[in-house]
Amino acid sequence: MARPSSAARTGLEKIPTPAKVTVTLHVNGVERKLTIAPWTTLLDALRLYLDLTGTKKGCDHGQCGACTVLVDGRRINSCLTLAVMKDGAQVTTIEGLAQGNALHPLQQAFIEHDAFQCGYCTPGQICSAAGLIAEGRVQTADEIRELMSGNICRCGAYPNIVAAIEAVMFGKATDRSGATGR
Amino acid sequence: MNNFEYTRASDVADAVRRIASDPAAKFVAGGTNLIDLMKENVARPSRLIDITHLPLDQIDETQDGGLRIGALVPNSDLAQHPQIEARYPLLGSAILAGASPQLRNMASTGGNLLQRTRCLYFYDTTTPCNKREPGSGCSAIGGINRMHAILGTSEHCIATHPSDMCVALAALEARVLATGRSGERSIAFAEFHRLPGDTPQLDSNLRADEIITAIELPPEGFAKNYTYLKIRDRLSYAFALVSIAVGLDIEGGTIKEARLALGGVAHKPWRNREAEARLEGAPATRENFVRAAETVLREARGFGHNDFKIELARRGILRALAQAARGTPQSQADKRIR
Ligand SMILES: Cc1cc2nc3c(=O)[nH]c(=O)nc-3n(C[C@H](O)[C@H](O)[C@H](O)COP(=O)(O)OP(=O)(O)OC[C@H]3O[C@@H](n4cnc5c(N)ncnc54)[C@H](O)[C@@H]3O)c2cc1C
Ligand code: SF4
Ligand code: FES
Ligand code: FES
Repeated sequence: MARPSSAARTGLEKIPTPAKVTVTLHVNGVERKLTIAPWTTLLDALRLYLDLTGTKKGCDHGQCGACTVLVDGRRINSCLTLAVMKDGAQVTTIEGLAQGNALHPLQQAFIEHDAFQCGYCTPGQICSAAGLIAEGRVQTADEIRELMSGNICRCGAYPNIVAAIEAVMFGKATDRSGATGR
Repeated sequence: MNNFEYTRASDVADAVRRIASDPAAKFVAGGTNLIDLMKENVARPSRLIDITHLPLDQIDETQDGGLRIGALVPNSDLAQHPQIEARYPLLGSAILAGASPQLRNMASTGGNLLQRTRCLYFYDTTTPCNKREPGSGCSAIGGINRMHAILGTSEHCIATHPSDMCVALAALEARVLATGRSGERSIAFAEFHRLPGDTPQLDSNLRADEIITAIELPPEGFAKNYTYLKIRDRLSYAFALVSIAVGLDIEGGTIKEARLALGGVAHKPWRNREAEARLEGAPATRENFVRAAETVLREARGFGHNDFKIELARRGILRALAQAARGTPQSQADKRIR
């Protein structure tokens, strides 16, 4: 005998229960297929379903940059896009920057310049800096500061972050406004 | 976020058909405003219509020598387009003054126009807000209103439009191209956004079944004498308290044409033709700038916490007009205001 549906019982018949969607992402060079609810953000897809927890969730509202990843080579905030909107895209996360055991130059420079304290913002900082370098618009430390302003560091490691990026871009750090850790 | 159905528009006609058939559906482009508002439960669309696959990402010259910018051109690409850098640096500068590089990579030209206010009560679903829930009241009047408007307000809403890009588009007299069930139309920028009046829930005059397809810039870009001066609580990654876009056409020390638009002060980018007319035909002197600023702010009114914006706007206008007249526009990397 037919029972009333759970939706009818709870009076929620107007709220649809949309079908899950299938999404293919090329994450760090590997094709990954996911079947997820459409409201899954790219950030949640990476962290919850692909076990790539290097990318951090800070604010979840586009305000901190901790979730920065590269999509088709460009840096974006993964918390403000849906995974389904990036179907077919190439996604690079912090886990995809090193070549085998060799750290990415930015990773190495962040260590050498002591460019973090708690480290929570660091994956976002490094992915953002990788995007910044690829954009090729920066000539001065002032421009690095401005174009890294989408990445907040609650520990205030900014001087050393700028120094690390300068070292990778220009071969040396010119910023002397803070401790350098070299 | 509420449950919603995800769909993709295959072309502009399909997008119009889809939005017209479901009043609770929404387009999504960059997602940087809509997805944020959905997470806050302020926006609760039944369906998202993903328009990011539509072919609206081109920048082309128009027949009259202007520029047509597709609605899906990312803010970062627009700011750095060679034609924008060379001919419309005011627009590029305003875009680079806003948000962050990551957000600008995501944000679209069309979505930027339709981003909603950052009024904290609008975001806080536990408080009354006429924009979010018409008829419930305005919590900002008599509440915390430091970020709020000083011009064109109503007793129903004192919110500001948060966009930087739109302030430059207002100064440049851009046009918005939209397509709906009854075809395509072109909307003058000044007619696009609305004042709150007694319908603060409506930010713009775009119809419910319309999609923005492009922005058109007229040929004149004021590339020689312009500035975008944005004043905010921190030097980057913050919305404007007050911003000023200026474009001047100066010949032999005399201003032939003046454009002056303000952000952060009203429900829409604020222009005052009378103030511009006062500058036109006059020498570019401080006395004339003072008079123009007075004209713009004659009817300005504060609501307590934002009273300071009136004086800030006055000084900002003087500074921005001087920067533009000198040909030394505000740098968006070196933030010192000169
Ligand atoms: C932390 C943060 C800081 C920011 N700082 C600034 C700042 O300082 N200055 C500034 O100017 N902006 C700032 N922004 C706002 C940002 O510029 C906007 O969110 C962005 O421009 C919106 O574009 P989008 O493509 O992501 O829009 P979406 O979020 O995709 O859409 C926004 C709205 O527009 C509608 N829409 C989108 N495209 C179309 C179309 N073609 N036709 C019809 N409707 C359409 C959608 O349905 C939705 O209602 C900031 C945002 C964040 C999150
Ligand atoms: S100012 Fe406008 S958006 Fe803010 S609470 Fe009042 S009605 Fe709402
Ligand atoms: S988690 Fe995405 S910007 Fe903060
Ligand atoms: S190192 Fe702690 S937030 Fe940046």
